[in-house]
Amino acid sequence: MSDPSAASLVSTPRPEQPTEFGAPTNAGLPENARKEKPRGLLGDAWRDLRRKPLFWISATFILVFVLMAAFPSLFTSGDPVNGALSRSRVEPSADAWFGYDVQGRDVYARTIYGARASIVVALLSVIGTLLIGGAMGIIAGYKGGWVDGLLSRIADIFFGLPFVLGAIVILTTFNGAGTDNNEWQIMGLVIMSLVVLSWPVVMRLMRSSVLATKEADYIVAARALGAGSGRIILKHLLPNCLAPLLVYGTIMVGSFIGAEATLSFLGIGLKTPVVSWGIMISEAQNYIRVSPFLLFFPAAFLVTAVLSFVMLGEAVREALDPKLR
Amino acid sequence: MSDILVSEQSAPGFGGSGRPSGRLLEVEDLRVEFRTRDGVAKVINGVTYHVDAGETLAVLGESGSGKSVTAQTIMGILDTPPGFVTGGQVRFHGKDMLRMSAEERRRIRGEGIAMIFQDSLSALNPVFTVGFQIAEQFRVRRGMSRADAKKRAIEMLDQVKIPNAKGRFSNYPHQFSGGMRQRAMIAMSLALDPEVLIADEPTTALDVTVQAQIMDLLGELQRERRMGMILITHDLGVVADVADRIAVMYAGRIVEEANVYELYRKPAHPYTLGLLDSIPRMDEKGQELRTIKGLPPNLMNIPPGCPFNPRCPMAQPVCREKVPPLLQVGTSRASACHFAEELVNRD
Repeated sequence: MSDPSAASLVSTPRPEQPTEFGAPTNAGLPENARKEKPRGLLGDAWRDLRRKPLFWISATFILVFVLMAAFPSLFTSGDPVNGALSRSRVEPSADAWFGYDVQGRDVYARTIYGARASIVVALLSVIGTLLIGGAMGIIAGYKGGWVDGLLSRIADIFFGLPFVLGAIVILTTFNGAGTDNNEWQIMGLVIMSLVVLSWPVVMRLMRSSVLATKEADYIVAARALGAGSGRIILKHLLPNCLAPLLVYGTIMVGSFIGAEATLSFLGIGLKTPVVSWGIMISEAQNYIRVSPFLLFFPAAFLVTAVLSFVMLGEAVREALDPKLR
Repeated sequence: MSDILVSEQSAPGFGGSGRPSGRLLEVEDLRVEFRTRDGVAKVINGVTYHVDAGETLAVLGESGSGKSVTAQTIMGILDTPPGFVTGGQVRFHGKDMLRMSAEERRRIRGEGIAMIFQDSLSALNPVFTVGFQIAEQFRVRRGMSRADAKKRAIEMLDQVKIPNAKGRFSNYPHQFSGGMRQRAMIAMSLALDPEVLIADEPTTALDVTVQAQIMDLLGELQRERRMGMILITHDLGVVADVADRIAVMYAGRIVEEANVYELYRKPAHPYTLGLLDSIPRMDEKGQELRTIKGLPPNLMNIPPGCPFNPRCPMAQPVCREKVPPLLQVGTSRASACHFAEELVNRD
């Protein structure tokens, strides 16, 4: 889009073109050069984020969870899969901080190992949903007309599918009994079904904020100054429509971890030996009264993770809004 | 209807010296209609005007007279649908912009013709700093480095007389006052050194003292850069100081075109006369404000004959039958009234 040759279009050179502008106060000081660069939206947002305790707290938690997902052996030497039935539902103690589950497996080790599936599934599904829904929403809102009509009807079709039913159809087709998908393939299928069934919400959200923003004078002004469609979408629409998406995205992280648990509970999602917080929670629900700690620990991790993402989303949203700086 | 208007350079001192012959920007017999569910509104019905380098043309008219739509059509930012250009030409350096490819037109925007808007708060993107938005043009259209673009942007802010331009560079639009935002908007429009600047009611959203400052600034920059400027306004007071020529619009037509002195001294159209009469005057304090009776016509159903005839105090039977063409009156002015000569020749 950057087109320096466009300058030649102005065919007649101006006789009195002002060549010297009002005395530049900071002309050519090389040692200043780096500081003189204008920061873009992201630069300013980052500078603002660094000052927020909310950001650092949530970022620390998320970092810990990510480490947990990547290298669970850093946090525990226990075995998440095999247990001794003799220790079934043994309460937390100094030896086993989180106790043992029904099968006599170490709950602490399982919670740590469960982070990977839960976080990978939730994060990738949210990213996928935001990308697909956001892109469709921007195109529909910006183009309008029949493009909008077509994309909106497609979204309506997916919107009409009940979540659980749709996921059952997708997952029993590709991940039914008798299939031997490995851990990553199952995660991919779960992510796919979550994305396929939830992008329409994001698309509608994006489309409506694009429709509201599109009429703003600065979009017209940008067009009047010769900006192309790509630049208008990326520089003007996207930054101004991002806030509701970020908020919704962070909320989705939590609901997707829950959705993954639902699918596992129905027997069509992740299966043993894969561990996830969702699986642990659904296994624990039959023993809530007798052994509440079985539910408490994975649920506490889940809540902490979701809360961290929500706080991070909030901090980022505030940083991206210049009026709150 | 198209080749009647031959109003020449009227302001002494701004003659076409130093420029190749040929008009800079010409609008000829432009016709635009809005096709809505309720019917077709004929918003522009054969507008013809031009602007040359170093000259300011004021387009005057009440709300709905089509002055902004003409500007939007020139810029190519008319919303289609509902707006459709049904005829005429917009020539920039003699080339019809309405027949250019989208890409060709896009390149003219900003570098050839730029526009400033009425409401500068909403015309600046709220999530980027003012300086960034100005510098962006240098980076994208001129391929400058970030540091160079910043330097140029600060120079531009300096030129539009924003105090402490360097410090203000990294402020956001909401941290600027109304007048400063309009200055920043002007800086942004002038960044690529356009040959024509269209100012669509640039001072309407500002208070009176700031209005005067902004008009002075625009006039000064226009003279310095020898730009052609089209100043769209409904404020007769704003026009007098800055404009060289005035085109008065009514119901999508130019009803009178003249240089400022002639138009104020002796209007050649009853509508202009009515507009000048309705300016509040200090020596008539306490009396009722004079107005033009009636309302502008419904553009979906423009009355036959002269569109102004239902409101015109001088209306005769011929006015209800024949549309008066825009004809030359005297040496350097034109009027679309059957009785223009009589108006000009009266005492």
